[in-house]
Amino acid sequence: MLRQNDGNEMSDTRVAAIAAHQLTKCFHAVRAVDGVSFEVRDGEVFGFLGPNGAGKTTTINMLTGLARPTSGSLRILGHDVTRNIKKAQHWMGIVPDESNLYPELDGWENLCFCASLYGIRRREREARARELLEQFGLASVARRRFAAYSKGMKRKLTIAAGIIHRPRILFLDEPTTGIDVASAREIRQRLAGLNQSGTTIFLTTHYIEEAERLCHRIAFLVDGRLVRVDTLANLVQAVQDKHTVELSASGGLRRMRDPLRNAFPAGDFEELSETRMRVHTDRPLPLAPLIRLLEEHEIQVTEARLIRPSLEDVFLEITGLELARMKNDDNRPETKSM
Amino acid sequence: MNGCIAYWGILRKDMRSYYLKPPNISWGLIFPLAWTLMFFIRSETAVDIRSLLPGVMALSILFGTTSMLAVTVTFEKRGRSFERLLLAPISLELLMWAKTSGAVFFGAVNAFVPVVMAAFLADLSGVIWWQLIVAVTLVAISSTFLGLLIAVCVKEVFEAQTFSNFFRFPMVFLCGLFFPIDQLPGPLQPLAYLLPLTYGADLLHEAVQSTGRLPVAVNLAALVGFCLLLFLVSLHRIRQKWIR
Ligand SMILES: Nc1ncnc2c1ncn2[C@@H]1O[C@H](COP(=O)(O)OP(=O)(O)OP(=O)(O)O)[C@@H](O)[C@H]1O
Ligand SMILES: [Mg+2]
Repeated sequence: MLRQNDGNEMSDTRVAAIAAHQLTKCFHAVRAVDGVSFEVRDGEVFGFLGPNGAGKTTTINMLTGLARPTSGSLRILGHDVTRNIKKAQHWMGIVPDESNLYPELDGWENLCFCASLYGIRRREREARARELLEQFGLASVARRRFAAYSKGMKRKLTIAAGIIHRPRILFLDEPTTGIDVASAREIRQRLAGLNQSGTTIFLTTHYIEEAERLCHRIAFLVDGRLVRVDTLANLVQAVQDKHTVELSASGGLRRMRDPLRNAFPAGDFEELSETRMRVHTDRPLPLAPLIRLLEEHEIQVTEARLIRPSLEDVFLEITGLELARMKNDDNRPETKSM
Repeated sequence: MNGCIAYWGILRKDMRSYYLKPPNISWGLIFPLAWTLMFFIRSETAVDIRSLLPGVMALSILFGTTSMLAVTVTFEKRGRSFERLLLAPISLELLMWAKTSGAVFFGAVNAFVPVVMAAFLADLSGVIWWQLIVAVTLVAISSTFLGLLIAVCVKEVFEAQTFSNFFRFPMVFLCGLFFPIDQLPGPLQPLAYLLPLTYGADLLHEAVQSTGRLPVAVNLAALVGFCLLLFLVSLHRIRQKWIR
């Protein structure tokens, strides 16, 4: 069921940044993550997408040492850390889904403290804190208590704290959730910059656009199971084979459903309203006969627009199919669980 | 070296965020002062003051340490900032020692408030100072670790504080601070020997006026044993519950 594509544009001689094999996490009866295997290559941005409750945060927690896998194995930069992840934590930077710095410390103190946890000496951590506050546009609020930061400032400082020790792998759990458009874009630019300078990034997000902009490869997680891992290009290609044209007309499109279906059996007609309709086909559809038919019925076509498939379509298709399949499985008596 | 920097970073942060905050300092000073005055004013002679000193010192440590962990550990766990520490590349042992050593230091400093006062009111010659310092340190460590165990077993800060009182007040009476254990009702006596403070108080009595009941070596061994046990059980609990 899992399709995994390696997207051979990258060399495979480098050791994987993360290699997870059959990772599973159970919370009592709940299998939050269920036998997940994937590899994140050194230097790539790897997106981890899935609906709420799919197990993304739980997976990050296992990869970083905040949760112990129930079973499975894990290698970080070539080291087996299934039993003891402490030695790998030095290479990791973690930005959790909630900004969890110290509310009573100011921005500067928070960064310096986080740097000290990674054994960075005073002079260097102060220089680094200054540099990051500057980079993230927080220099003017450096001496303000974290508790008094706005949500966007908190997020930026939390990301700065995650990279203060120059980690080789950066984990980000929904870095831009709840952030205004401009700040989110700024954060994305920072992340792209970090990746360009060599940091491997593991990112979860609910923003398809974010994944589309940042990620080299994307994994889809549904209900604890990986259903697809592929490069962005391949993922979009799969739905690109479907062609969708949206027509706008003067009106009366609904009554055209049957005549159209009879005349163009290869098309799938979806009436959005009296004036808008979508046509889905597997092959490019000649529009002239279609428009002619409509005109014969005295409907003026005012616009015909090709709808480009987006990652969102891929996401909905993959997660939707998977959820539907699971529902079917659950309904079959022989697989019904107690 | 990395561990050292992390240790000092954590200790310094806790000192500044919690221990050296004005309310805590005044509380840390006023509390031992109040105990000291309350007991000392009632005693007319210098001998009395000396005999009360070990009990007052033990009280100061007990109240200066156990509930601190409710803040430095339980509170940070609730705010999720504790996760940062668990994700840092330092061992859990070092991390928890860093989180507790502030309380140990604070408790030990509190213990010397009554000593300084007593020095003005009574003759302290004959006190075995090295023993006193060792005793204070061990009592501070064991009380802190008791607080740690409570802090890692509860979810809410108020629970940690309630439970530490649940232990502290009985210990004041059971551990031989102000009257000897053999004056306790029979069935309570074995209970006293299950509490680390009993051995600590005995060491303090021995150091201040040579009235310890158990051999010094037994007291030291028992205290070290309690410290290790409390610390290891607390770490085990963190590994089981907090690294899920
Ligand atoms: N500590 C826990 N105890 C019990 N169940 C848990 C625990 N943590 C997570 N779960 C369950 O595991 C599943 C996956 O949760 P997780 O937080 O990993 O999802 P997610 O993909 O990060 O979702 P979201 O997009 O909402 O953040 C959920 O069903 C959740 O209820
Ligand atoms: Mg999540």
